[in-house]
Formats: sequence, structure tokens, C-alpha cells
Amino acid sequence: MTSIKLKLKESEVQQLKEVARSFDNKPGELINVLHKAQEIFGYLPAEVQEVVASELNVSVAKVYGVVTFYSFFTMLPRGRYPISICTGTACYVRGAEKVLDEFKRLLKVPVGETTADGKFSITCLRCVGACGLAPVVMVGDKTYGRVTTDGVKGILKEYEDEV
Amino acid sequence: MELIKINIDNRTVEVEKGTTIFHAAKKLGIDIPTLCYMNLGDLNIEHKPGGCRVCVVEVEGRRNLAPACATECYDGMVVHSHSMRVLNARKTVLELILSDHPFDCLICAKSGTCDLQNMAIKMGVRSIPFQGEKSTYKPDFSPAIIREMDKCIMCRRCETMCNDFQTVGVLSGIHRGFESVVAPAFERDLDHSECTYCGQCVAVCPTGALTEVDHTTQLIRDLADPAKKVVVQTAPAVRAALGEAFGMEPGTLVTGKMVAALRRLGFDYVFDTDFAADLTIMEEGTELLDRLTRFLDGDKEVKLPMLTSCCPGWVNFFEYHFPDMRDIPSTARSPQQMFGAIAKTYFADQIETKRDEMVVVSVMPCVAKKYECTREEFKVDDNPDVDYSISTRELAMLIKRSNMDFASLPDEEFDMPMGESTGAAVIFGTTGGVIEAAVRTAYELHTGKTLEKIDFEQLRGIKGTRSASVDFDGVEIKIGIAHGLGQARKLLDDIKAGKSQYHAIEIMACPGGCVGGGGQPLHHGNPEIIKARQKAIYQEDAGKPIRKSHENPSIIKLYDEFLGKPMSEKAHHLLHTHYFDKKRKDVLLD
Repeated sequence: MTSIKLKLKESEVQQLKEVARSFDNKPGELINVLHKAQEIFGYLPAEVQEVVASELNVSVAKVYGVVTFYSFFTMLPRGRYPISICTGTACYVRGAEKVLDEFKRLLKVPVGETTADGKFSITCLRCVGACGLAPVVMVGDKTYGRVTTDGVKGILKEYEDEV
Repeated sequence: MELIKINIDNRTVEVEKGTTIFHAAKKLGIDIPTLCYMNLGDLNIEHKPGGCRVCVVEVEGRRNLAPACATECYDGMVVHSHSMRVLNARKTVLELILSDHPFDCLICAKSGTCDLQNMAIKMGVRSIPFQGEKSTYKPDFSPAIIREMDKCIMCRRCETMCNDFQTVGVLSGIHRGFESVVAPAFERDLDHSECTYCGQCVAVCPTGALTEVDHTTQLIRDLADPAKKVVVQTAPAVRAALGEAFGMEPGTLVTGKMVAALRRLGFDYVFDTDFAADLTIMEEGTELLDRLTRFLDGDKEVKLPMLTSCCPGWVNFFEYHFPDMRDIPSTARSPQQMFGAIAKTYFADQIETKRDEMVVVSVMPCVAKKYECTREEFKVDDNPDVDYSISTRELAMLIKRSNMDFASLPDEEFDMPMGESTGAAVIFGTTGGVIEAAVRTAYELHTGKTLEKIDFEQLRGIKGTRSASVDFDGVEIKIGIAHGLGQARKLLDDIKAGKSQYHAIEIMACPGGCVGGGGQPLHHGNPEIIKARQKAIYQEDAGKPIRKSHENPSIIKLYDEFLGKPMSEKAHHLLHTHYFDKKRKDVLLD
């Protein structure tokens, strides 16, 4: 898995230690700690995983194993507006793949990566529980339903004026 | 203890509640095949992930097939271990595993000792009906271990050894589904991980995914070079296991035949690492007595317990994981390195050979030794004291390649002077042996009395950690023993917490000590093999005319002619070392 390097600041290390402490530094809380860490940093670079490993007293290899197992965790920074395209069964049969292709074409990045300006990233996910609205796309916390290829441009336009 | 009755293949057996189908079947003499399963018995590790599905059986009333290794019996259970459904499923499982496995068995290092290959033979697989994508990985070459993960079948035995048994934590299953593989964090090479090169992953790997670095080609070239004097040393544990590679029973001693074979291979001098083990005792024993005497005289600065330092896997372990305690282990180099240092000075002078014209080769039960001889501190002008190390397995292969019928070789003796050794040196090959050898010498040097009983039964055994006390003429010396790095970690944590009561602790990285080393004929996790080798080691000790290191005539002569006395300046220079803090301080690597 490719990763972007990050030099952690002392304050960020302290923040991570605090997160681990809030879960009593229990090895069994690894996934919860990683969730929080990803909330803070937006992604889980190697350096963050090393700190988490040492705070919970589990091996870095194990932490990396968990990070690579769950598709929710990422070692690449996401865009300011992370785009998630649902490719669950219902969305898939109603054209999610075409919608995904259109996002990739317009943003010129593959799935799992972020545009050079750091604005958008594309990921796929499996079912957000809104199958009635298939195909579903999420940008950050905002949900778009019944998305068509023609509608993709319009969604991206909504974020054009943002800095 | 509740007993239950179960029926397997129309036969009834009574077992304890909680017993798995696999063990119940075993009681009936039914051998259900396994692949990912591993049982370290006395060492209390049973690896039964139920992942490979080769051990599936049919359980009446259950819809799907059950993995025998991981399914517990219940009263009245009816099991069929070889019904048509089972046999077909088992074969299909194997065909599926093989469909993502390279077919280079003819040139694979594990060919002939591969569990997967044996299983394919057993199941009569003649074609691979499944065609699909194959996983490909870049091979990882470290100084000691090679990883070729194309050949990994995800049994995850290596992970259990690395994490649960050794607590080294370098290997973990990563990714998921078809992409899943066992690797170090961030898919770094082993060389960039905290791997101790103990080689236990190699010892249990069922396929050729994990093997050792091969030095036989280099050795054949050196033996053929008339300008080189090639000197060999063999570690104590090798003689207790080499025979297995030639179909002999585990525990068969082949010391004499091994010497004969080495001579026929063309080595100029066939020596024994045991000689250097006696030397280690002189240095390490003296160091222990020195620390003890200062401690008993009230010196508060003295570092106790003293830890042994012969095992290179263990040295790597504390350099990575306990660097702040690196002033506790003895500074004595390992026997392999002491041998190299003496061979390329004292002995080279005797035979009037220049350092760079001499090649020192070691035969070791170990893969970490391969790394140890590459350490910079064991080189003089870039010329290593020990040029390279081959494993017991590599030696067996060389003997076979050289057209020798090993079983019919005569028993021959080691060359002098570096082939002379005592019983104390032989027992270095088993857990508890180094400390017993040290006690034999330290007792007599300290008390000035002769031991009435040379065998210290209280130091022997196979339990992961053991403790004993020895009466040094009124002074009680407390001794701890650990084999397996997970056990060592416990003792180190105690020392750190100030809870340790010991004066001296022996630590070996591998199960059973060197007899269970990562370079031995594969023990596949079977503790009976390790125990048989251990027995052979004690048998060799008992049969030796001299059984205390300080009585070895060649060692006495070495000190008289060359070293002066133990811990002398010259001895310090040649036979002692220092340790490094290898803990990764900066999380940013590469």
C-alpha cells in the first residue's frame, strides 16, 4: 500500500496518546483508536500507526494488518471533499459503475486517490442503506441519490466556489 | 473433568469435553490430514486457525463440513473422516490452494520436505482443474532468511511463531481476500524490520515461502580453491539432528560420521565449535564469578542477573526490544565468533597462513548465525572472523550431492587442537546447557572443590522458563532459564520491574535451545523431535571423558600460549563484544 510520509509534531503525538488513553490503552480497542486517529488526521500514515502500536502495546505489523484489512481505513490523505460512490448490489445494477467512471474521467484520478490540488478524492463503498435512492454518491456527509452520468458535473460544480 | 462419547468412522471413543475431533480421532489411531495446523505440545502453543480446510470431516446433522482441528466434540457426535463427500472436498480444497501456487517444485528449496507437496501426493492430485489469477510478490532477501510469498498458502504458522511464541511481532497477515499475505509492517523487507532472524518461521513453514540464505555454492567454490585453507567448525546441536536428513531416527548421534563426511568434502581442518564453547565458559564463567564476587562484597553498581550471550537471535532481540538493558548480558562473544577470532589468529599463526588465505565456515543449527557473521564488529580489515555459516540442512544437502552414503561412513575424530572439547561444551546445544556448563566451572573455580555430581538435573527439562538454585559452598546462586523469546521477554520484564531474584539467566531463542534451531532439519513444530535431540545431547555429554570446560587440555594450552588468562586484555579484544541500541527512534524509515 502506498503511503504519504508525515512528520508528526510533538502535539500530534500527544493527541494520539490521549486517544489511546481514552480507550485505556487496551489492545482490543485497536479499531476504535484507529477510527479516532483517522478522524483527526484524515488518514492513517505509517507514523500514526507506529504511535498507535506502541501506545496499545501491539506490533506495528498487526496494526498495519488491520488498516489494510478494512477498506474504511486509508493510508492516503483524502481530499477536502471525499467522494464515495456506492457500488453495492442495488447501486451497481442501476449504473454506479458508469457514474464512477464519469467521476474518474472528470477528476483524472483513479479510485483511492486524491486530486493534485487536494480538493477531491474518490473511494468506493458498499451500501449506505439508501438502496431506494440508488445509485448513491456521498460527498463528505452529503448524500446524492439517483445520480446519473450527466449529473456528475453538476455535483462537482457545487464545490467549485469553495476555497 | 467431564467425559463424552463420540463415534468416528463407526468406532466409539471416550474423550474429555472440549477435545477437538482431530484429537479424538488420533486417540483411535485415525490420522486426519492437516496443513495449517501446528501443535507445539509442551510449549503450550496449538495453532488451529481452521483456515486451510484440508482437515474437514462430515458430522451427522451438520449441514456443512467441519474442520476437525478446530471443532470440539459433543456427546453423541457421529463423524465420518473419509466419506466420499469428505474425500472430494479435501481434494478440491487442495486443488484450489495449488491453483494459486507456482509449479516450480523441481527447483524449490523445500522440495522433498514440503508439506503441501506431500499432501498433493497423499491426495493423489493429478491435475489442477482451476485456472485463474496467481499472486505474485517480489522475493525478499535478508542476510539470513528469504521470503518468497508466491509460495505462501496462508497457514499463518509463521505468524504464530513470530507473535505468540517469540513475541517479536514482525510478521502479520495483511490485506484481505486474494490480496492477503503475511508480511512485515508496511510491507518492508525483513532487513528493515525488527526481525531477529531466529528462523522459527522457517522451521514451521509448510512450503518454500520461507527458506534460509544458501551458502553452499560459495562453499563448493572455496573448497575447490587450492590457495585457500578452509576450516570448518560444527555446533553441538548439529550432531544430534543431522542424521534425520538421512532417514535416521530423531535423536541419533552422528558425531563421528559427520566428521568423516566433512573431511571427505575437502575441508582442510575439521574442528568443533564445542572447543569455542569451552572457551566461552572460561570467559563467561569468569565474568559471572567476577560480578558475583563484587556483588557479594557489597558493590551496588554491579549488573545482575548476568544474561548469556551465545544466541544471536536473542542478542538481536534485546538490541531491538530492550536496548536500555544491553549492559546486563555477558560481553562474551558467541562460540561461533570466538572460534573465528581464534582460528584467524592463534591457529593461523600455527599453520603459517595469512588471514585472507583462510576461510572459516561454520555449520550451525541456526539461521541467525548467518547474520551474526556479517556483523561489522566481527571483522578485521573487512575480513570476517567467520566467513559464512551453513545450516544443518545445507550440510546434509552437500553430503548427498557429494555421493556419500552417510550411514556407512566410519566414525572419525575431530582435528586438533580446535577439535578438542568437553561434555560441558556439548550441552550448549540444549536449553539449560550453557548455564549448567557455566555452573560446573564457576563452582569449582569459586569453591576450589571438585564437584561430586556433575549432572545438574534441576537445570534440565523442556518447560519454557525454569528456575533452580545451586549451592556454591554456602552461597545460594539462583538461576533462571528461558527458551523461546516470549519466555525471555517475561524474565526481562521482571528484571525491568526490579522483581528478578536471579543471579544468572540463560536465554535461547529457539524451542528446546539450539536443538530446535531454525537451521535444523525441520521440526515442523513437533516437540517430540526436539526432545529426542535433547536426549542425544546429554548422552554425548555423559560419554565424554572430560566434562568440565576448564579441564580441556587444548583450552588450558590456548591460555598458556596465547591468551594469558580469562578476561585478559587479549581475551577482551578477541573474545568479547559490545551491543547496540537498535530500537527505532525515528518512526520515519527508508
